[in-house]
Amino acid sequence: MWLYEKKLQYPVRVSVCNPRLAKFLIEQYGGADGELSAALRYLNQRYTIPDKVIGLLTDIGTEEFAHLEMIATMVYKLTKDATPEEMKQAGLGDHYANHDGALFYHDAAGNNWTASYIQAKGDPIADLYEDIAAEEKARATYQWLINMSDDPFLNESLSFLREREIVHSQRFREAVELIKDSNTGKKIF
Amino acid sequence: MANKPLPDDYYQRLEEIQKIDFTLVELNLYLDTHPQDLEAIKQYNTFTKKAKELRQMFEERYGPMIHFGHSYSTHPWAWIESPWPWQV
Repeated sequence: MWLYEKKLQYPVRVSVCNPRLAKFLIEQYGGADGELSAALRYLNQRYTIPDKVIGLLTDIGTEEFAHLEMIATMVYKLTKDATPEEMKQAGLGDHYANHDGALFYHDAAGNNWTASYIQAKGDPIADLYEDIAAEEKARATYQWLINMSDDPFLNESLSFLREREIVHSQRFREAVELIKDSNTGKKIF
Repeated sequence: MANKPLPDDYYQRLEEIQKIDFTLVELNLYLDTHPQDLEAIKQYNTFTKKAKELRQMFEERYGPMIHFGHSYSTHPWAWIESPWPWQV
């Protein structure tokens, strides 16, 4: 069971209508290392991960949906007042032709989201290493997005999300150690 | 209600909740990998109490934050009255 809370995890403000920036941000909505991938990856892996780290995968997976909502809010606010011509100028003509102003799960280049982006190997170390890599890739993406953005309000929210990737990565690294300890009885190699 | 401008008080109270909830998310994830840390658990419980109080005060003014029986409703059905997060 999940509950919806009618608030964002962190405020999202944008300075002006800016569909070009929205086009880039969609990378974190429906891209390979985006928030949808993250949420679905962790919430699927958790069924077969050792008990010790089920809570962590559940909680981080749930937080990722809050991040997905923040990205959606950014994209929505950056495009809601854009004319078709402005969407076209921003490189979102292909998107507009298929979706009008609706959001969709694709990356910045327009490739639809696919389950091939994520994996569940049934091997806890393999899964957790994938999760750590995913967090680091998402952190890097947020940095590239901040580098391209000239909207100071938006950058506050993007910086928050970048920091969350760092914390998640740290927690997943601890989870690896917890699993190693229980598998080996603290053997030293 | 989605189109009515909201008072500053709405945003201030919301931000207070977002702040305390952030602390709780951080403590929660930390405790997932440090389940023996009594000090962190005490902090978690203290902030949980405070968060419940702030949420209750917010809901009395601006409507339910959580659905499915976790918030009370006035008449008409309040859940769909207040603005959604991307509208504020």
